[in-house]
Amino acid sequence: MSQSTVSGSERPNYLNSGYGVKSWLLTTDHKRIALLYLLGVTVFFAIGGVFAGLIRLELLTPQGDVFQAETYNKLFTTHGVMMVFFFLIPAIPGVLGNFLVPLMIGAKDLAFPRLNLLSWYLYIVGGLIALWAVVHGGVDTGWTFYTPYSTVYSNGWVVVTAIGIFLAGFSSILTGLNFVVTIHTMRAPGMTWLRMPLFCWGMYATSIIQILGTPVIAITLLLVAAERIFHLGIFDPAQGGDPILFQHLFWFYSHPAVYIMILPAMAVISELVTAFARKPIFGYKFIAGSSIAIAVLSFLVWGHHMFVSGQSVYAGLVFSVLSSVVAIPSAIKVFNWTATLYKGSVSYETPLLYALGFIGLFTFGGLTGLFLAAMGLDIHVHDTYFIVAHFHYIMVGGTIMGYLGGLHYWWPKISGKMYPEYWSRVSAWVIFIGFNLTFFPQFILGYLGMPRRYYAYPPEFQVWNVMSTAGASILGIGYVIPLVYFFWSMRYGKDAADNPWGATGLEWETPSPPPTENFPETPVVTGKPYDYLTASKETAVG
Amino acid sequence: MPPLFPEQASTFAPHVDALYWFLIAITAFFSLLIGTLVVVFAIKYHRRSPDEVAQEVHESGALEIVWSVIPLFLSLVTFYWGASLYFRIVRPPGDALDIYVTGKQWMWKLQHTDGHREMNELHVPVGQPVRLTMASEDVIHSFYVPAFRFKRDVVPGRFATAWFEASKPGRYHIFCSQYCGTRHSNMIGWVYAMSPSDYQAWLAGGTPGETLASAGAKRFVEQACNTCHGEQKGSRGPSLVGLFGRSERMQSGQVVVADENYIRESIVNPQARLVEGYPPIMPTYQGLISEEGLLQLTAYIKSLSPAAAAPGAASPAATATAPAPERKSAKP
Repeated sequence: MSQSTVSGSERPNYLNSGYGVKSWLLTTDHKRIALLYLLGVTVFFAIGGVFAGLIRLELLTPQGDVFQAETYNKLFTTHGVMMVFFFLIPAIPGVLGNFLVPLMIGAKDLAFPRLNLLSWYLYIVGGLIALWAVVHGGVDTGWTFYTPYSTVYSNGWVVVTAIGIFLAGFSSILTGLNFVVTIHTMRAPGMTWLRMPLFCWGMYATSIIQILGTPVIAITLLLVAAERIFHLGIFDPAQGGDPILFQHLFWFYSHPAVYIMILPAMAVISELVTAFARKPIFGYKFIAGSSIAIAVLSFLVWGHHMFVSGQSVYAGLVFSVLSSVVAIPSAIKVFNWTATLYKGSVSYETPLLYALGFIGLFTFGGLTGLFLAAMGLDIHVHDTYFIVAHFHYIMVGGTIMGYLGGLHYWWPKISGKMYPEYWSRVSAWVIFIGFNLTFFPQFILGYLGMPRRYYAYPPEFQVWNVMSTAGASILGIGYVIPLVYFFWSMRYGKDAADNPWGATGLEWETPSPPPTENFPETPVVTGKPYDYLTASKETAVG
Repeated sequence: MPPLFPEQASTFAPHVDALYWFLIAITAFFSLLIGTLVVVFAIKYHRRSPDEVAQEVHESGALEIVWSVIPLFLSLVTFYWGASLYFRIVRPPGDALDIYVTGKQWMWKLQHTDGHREMNELHVPVGQPVRLTMASEDVIHSFYVPAFRFKRDVVPGRFATAWFEASKPGRYHIFCSQYCGTRHSNMIGWVYAMSPSDYQAWLAGGTPGETLASAGAKRFVEQACNTCHGEQKGSRGPSLVGLFGRSERMQSGQVVVADENYIRESIVNPQARLVEGYPPIMPTYQGLISEEGLLQLTAYIKSLSPAAAAPGAASPAATATAPAPERKSAKP
């Protein structure tokens, strides 16, 4: 199965191939670029997280007392912009996708290594520009930039923030393009489409959305900037523009964007469940096909964000039925993951704990999506904390569980070191419990009628807000623990074996950490993925 | 114990809550199903020795179909239920009491047809449909009364109409639920749902100002609308008597029902949909008349066809031309 060579730090690998700053900042090695992304997304996540903490602090009491109303509005805007555009969207493709796609298909690198580096620079420059806007006074439109507030009434740094997001969007497009070309053209001999790990299927589906959807948000942001600077009447009704047009354009990208966040997480979960159940995945073709189905359907549901905006009732009907149907491919995945555990040889190491946490949060978050697809019910919960809770369960809970689960699973490969198992299990539990404590009360608040983006609220909502803030403090601690032990492990962790989990997949057949060229010689693939039963028979015979 | 569910104070509320309970049941069922399976498999198939091997399980196309079709069926039931509820909520009954609402950063102005004006407060009778015609003077707002399960975005540049029927006397929150700037969370107020007798007493109590329609009639003269839109046929523009609610043929051949939004559009952008047989000579009033003024003019033009404006209160003789100052809300 794997060459059980002892992993020594003297052996040439991608980490010790160069130590200078230039060897990192000018690298075209997909593995090093993945680590550059790791640095970027960690910093932006920390910033977004601090802003979330400040929001929860203000909401501890009904009256506005910690910040000014305007400051509060800038806090939740910055929280949303940082988390959505600079953490959730790039996190898994940027870090795990970059590191793993070439390794999993047996390639030496991505198809366009220099484009890959450019993509990271665009992301970082975009992020820095958005941060510049925060430092110089911030922006208060909400991450949704609804017009005409954003184009006519807001006094914040709307255009600067939009430029930051615009650049990050190009980064996202280039990453998607790189993955699609790589998967099409650089698979190792024998690596047919149906032998490809499901992680690659997920990244492929994600890339399609990134390439097709992101240009639309780029155009939309340009139009917002054009209206703010040149006062063109595009969205401003006082000049004959249409504010609802903005919502159509914005959600045409931003609903599929939710799947840019969650499809990669699903892709990770498929890998983790099989590896720790030591069993072929149940329903490979259904899981792979459902990723593509989600990518296609995700473009046809944007109007469910506009059931109370006054869009045509008949348009609403179509969006409602398609939104109900988009739940099905997700349900198929959840059932198949669960069935994979059946009669498995299940081992509860940290990555699996995160994967099960994902299944819990995603199932619950997905089911609450049905409430919002049902038009008559959506009227009541639209723009309340019910929505806030729903999308945090799905795109935050889901994505972070997938991201952290994947990071733990592949950390031995990425760093060549093991993290402390005890503390990593603690972190998985603390994050799961903290997350539910933070966001479950928000469902109740939402149904009670508390609107989102409220700086002050009626006193009868306080108890649930206190619970949510308490949960957020636990969640915050949960996020700090892995940060500490991942850093710790880089210096003090035990050396990782090439295949510490006994997993299948080409990435485990190369040393930990891998050499710069990934594989000493091009691997040849002869069988299906997740062939745990045959593999173990061979081991038994050998 | 902190509250778990909002009060049910409108005729919609029990229907919305029934769907809510149905979906809670579905959510609970599937969450427990998945949760239980994961825990049971986790315990039962726990790896006992490091080299333990999984048992072989064959994939099952039948199983895949079952667990696709059952959720599909349930989600379509949810869709149908939600959509039929939505249709009832968006279609106002004919005999509704008209209230005109203007939202601006950061307050709600509410006007009754008899001239009563309120600020961030709305008094309505229980047991009678109330129809809101809403306009925004600046950004998008959203008029939300959780106890009524009622919400509607008020998008600038058009009128939003929506209705509810309060079912229980009491005082309920009004929230602006669409983020509208710095003091968004201060754009709140109260709805007072009152028994019909209390409501009549409240109406009799205050001194109503000018009615919306008569304010509109004044504005109609001030803006010199009457020079072209006279009551006689043969003026430069069409007579507006009896216009509201009528189907009109446009120059494009399209047939349009003259509703609030058509009237509004014809004032601010008259060339957009021009009635057949009239030249495009009317100037635009975009930016020249406030949202409140547009609501007044609309109320006035509606009052010129009282039969259409309130079919429930129809009186056949009401094709008269005079601006009708009486409240159209009172049922016969």
